[in-house]
Amino acid sequence: MLLRHTPQELAERTALTVNPAKTCQPLGAMYAALGIHNCLPHSHGSQGCCAYHRSALTRHYKDPIMATTSSFTEGASVFGGQANLVESINNIFTIYGPDIIAVHTTCLSEVIGDDLKQIINKAIADGKVPEGKRVIHTNTPSFKGSHVTGFANMTQSMVQYLSENTDRKLNLINIIPGFVEPSDMTEIKRIVSEMGIKSIMFPDTSGVVNSPLDGKFHMYPKGGTPITDIISAGNNRFTLALGRIASLPAAQLLDTKCKVPYKLVDLPIGLRATDTLIDTLRKIAGVSVPESLMAERGQLVDVITDNSQYFYRKKVALVGDPDHLVSVTQFLADLGMNILLIVTGTPAGPKFERRIREFTGDNVVVKCGLGADLFQFHQFIKQEKPDLIFGNTYAKYIARDEDIPLIRMGFPIYDRVGHQYFPIVGYCGALRLIEKILTALLDRQDRDAPEESFELVM
Amino acid sequence: MIKILDARKKQMYEKGKGDFDLACEKTSLAGSVSQRACVFCGSRVVLYPVADALHLIHGPVGCAAYTWDIRGSLSSGPELHRLSFSTDLREQEVIYGGEKKLYAALTELIAAYKPKAAFVYATCIIGLIGDDVQAVCAKVQTESGIPVIPVHSEGFRGSKKDGYKAACEALFRLIGKDEITPVPKQSINILGDFNLAGETWIIKEYYRQMGVEVVSCITGDGRVDEISRSHHASLNVVQCSGSMTHLAKMMEDTYGIPFKRVSYFGIEDTADALYTVARYFDDPLLLRNTEELVRTEVDRIYPEVQRYRTFLENKKAAIYVGGAFKAFSLVKALRHLGIQTAIVGSQTGNREDYEYLKEICDEGTIIVDDTNPLELSKFMLEKDVDLLIGGVKERPIAYKLGVAFCDHNHERKLALAGFEGMLNFCQEVYSSIMSPVWQFSPARINSNLHSKWHRGSKDEAPEAYNQYVEDHPQAGTRDAANEGDMMNANWNKHIIDKEIEGERNERNNKTAVC
Repeated sequence: MLLRHTPQELAERTALTVNPAKTCQPLGAMYAALGIHNCLPHSHGSQGCCAYHRSALTRHYKDPIMATTSSFTEGASVFGGQANLVESINNIFTIYGPDIIAVHTTCLSEVIGDDLKQIINKAIADGKVPEGKRVIHTNTPSFKGSHVTGFANMTQSMVQYLSENTDRKLNLINIIPGFVEPSDMTEIKRIVSEMGIKSIMFPDTSGVVNSPLDGKFHMYPKGGTPITDIISAGNNRFTLALGRIASLPAAQLLDTKCKVPYKLVDLPIGLRATDTLIDTLRKIAGVSVPESLMAERGQLVDVITDNSQYFYRKKVALVGDPDHLVSVTQFLADLGMNILLIVTGTPAGPKFERRIREFTGDNVVVKCGLGADLFQFHQFIKQEKPDLIFGNTYAKYIARDEDIPLIRMGFPIYDRVGHQYFPIVGYCGALRLIEKILTALLDRQDRDAPEESFELVM
Repeated sequence: MIKILDARKKQMYEKGKGDFDLACEKTSLAGSVSQRACVFCGSRVVLYPVADALHLIHGPVGCAAYTWDIRGSLSSGPELHRLSFSTDLREQEVIYGGEKKLYAALTELIAAYKPKAAFVYATCIIGLIGDDVQAVCAKVQTESGIPVIPVHSEGFRGSKKDGYKAACEALFRLIGKDEITPVPKQSINILGDFNLAGETWIIKEYYRQMGVEVVSCITGDGRVDEISRSHHASLNVVQCSGSMTHLAKMMEDTYGIPFKRVSYFGIEDTADALYTVARYFDDPLLLRNTEELVRTEVDRIYPEVQRYRTFLENKKAAIYVGGAFKAFSLVKALRHLGIQTAIVGSQTGNREDYEYLKEICDEGTIIVDDTNPLELSKFMLEKDVDLLIGGVKERPIAYKLGVAFCDHNHERKLALAGFEGMLNFCQEVYSSIMSPVWQFSPARINSNLHSKWHRGSKDEAPEAYNQYVEDHPQAGTRDAANEGDMMNANWNKHIIDKEIEGERNERNNKTAVC
């Protein structure tokens, strides 16, 4: 057994993380930046960071992930990274010709203390940024937050640098989708347009990291939010932020900077969270909910009811990212499942914990931030023996060792396909989650059933 | 049309065009989509397979998260290396220093896991905040009684190669600790094989059959105790010269152990490697064993390789790998299959490497150093290749272009070393190139549907086809030829598989009779 190194007794650890349940900020920033059309994410730091983030995203999406790096050397670390970044900006526009470069920092450039704003201004003053092209940046020190906050920071920087209020009110709403899969972004857009509401979404990685094979290599695939949409976001009527950690900072800034009011809702995963999204949309836009969505909802409720006996009191442990965990917890609790444990490496704060407890009661164990890692998750699982685990690919070691079915959710998923193309948001997404949960539980029941009680009809 | 940046032009060369003066061993151009990694990455991949050591990554969590069990280096015993340990530095430690946390982490981990040794990787910001990693390691070493070795792998200190060097220096500190365990005279160390998909085991088995004792594998399926006594071996056999030559040189200087550079990839190179070792010991029995081994193995695999060749003859390949040494072997192995190498490049090759590459390649082959996806895809289109051999970041690029792919990096699923590995390699190349899925790629003209739909009218299709053929005379003919090929190949695949299977059985029966 691979993780036999994990002892059952909970040991006190003061100083280290074993098998992290998070990764560092720049990855999230890079992912968010890919959600702008014709954008080249740029990593201001050592070469390795960029290579690692690209590899991680490539493994997760099985698509080419393009990003550039400042290629820090020893000299740059002593004298600062200004020369590297100015040269990078020049080279990138000359050779790769994006419309926009989205720079994120790394622990290295943060500790050196590079002032990115000033460096970008210098590049503009030196004429390295061609007319009409843009350079934006965000600060993503790896020793703070996690990949989710990195995503939030880059999204906020899009507003900071680009959005403008020109007193021309547009009849659109802004949707900030959070750190979700491209398939989820597509589904959210579909729901919104189904309701007859005009909207823009940023960032939007659909069509970028799940691009079709057309026989060519596209440095910039067709997807992504056009820069003009992000600029005019400041003129739009309203902002809907999905997920507190990943989307709230951008929505708040859009409010203070451009006076666009916002509302924060949970990621629309599961029945009630999707209800909330649709109801919020209905109120904001003053529309009625179309029959088609009601039918989808009806089907979901139908399936939930049909299979409720399989969910009831099943014990679940979840590890993942905070915004996902809140919504999924609500959904699973609504199904009658017994949630034992929630772990996220992202420092999500007491608000997160309170929110989880709203759905589960006080018996659940919630661990977040420092020390909340898969090692701890595993120790807990050894003691409590849940029936089902939710987690990313790395949870598969635990699932195998403890012989508990695993439902893959979150980042990274290196060993299965589907997340790129099939959403888990909305009613359809909830249906997909139901299917996954049922398949996992019933496969297990089939596998373990003695011959005489091996059932045909379930 | 894709432009090539002036500053990059010096790092490419087309054989037969102009004087050879390839610039290499340069830091990547700032702002390029380099496929290269950093110093930390280099040390981490080299040391990673030491399975009974503790690998603690000192720094923010990212470096530990991205290197958590991503390399398929197998272990026959302990698997401590597959866990991810990080000090997960936060802002406070970045300001006040992370030494205390490092000390606590090390003592806790050593108490919990009782490893044979500990490697402490210092990542980028450790070099900046000035933690005295050396001192903490020394302290813990005294207290715990196991070697605790700092690895100076700050990402900005250079390229992956400098990381290899840091790893070699760390390993060197383990060597020489064990003076007691006896080591036979006819013994070697295997350097620079990382037991991806169990390759070290294949090679070790060859040496066992020859009658050579392997003292340690550095670092594939590596053990601290074996490395500690590796200085008693008579010879170091170094593969993947880029990463391990430094260690071999240090061992030569300090312990007087000579080293030989070899490669276990491909038929000739594997045979060469084994003969090199046999000849070194100058023992008639050993030489006879080796001849016997090579003959049996070559007899076994050669007909099968030939069979693959009938399908792969005249295909064209692009190679982009980390070390140049691997590229040499790949060019030769592909030649066995009748596949011509049209593009070859590496992330870290030096001048000597590229000179040699130039020699072994055909006219017109493009040689590149530290390329990027845009250049690579440009060359692949220009040269109209059928196969790309590379790593994780190159795979989707190949697929998007409708080009077959073989992973020769961390993510290989089959062992590619040794004679056995050559067959696996053939199988992998064959099954990727011959896969019927390419018929759906719009890059191939036989997927004509795409252009029909694209133009909106069925009737325009023939014109679109003609236009395409006119625009791409070469691609057109080749792809048109492929159309039939593809179908037949698809159909033939089963027959061939069966035939190969049949012959294998027949041979096995024969040996049984003998």
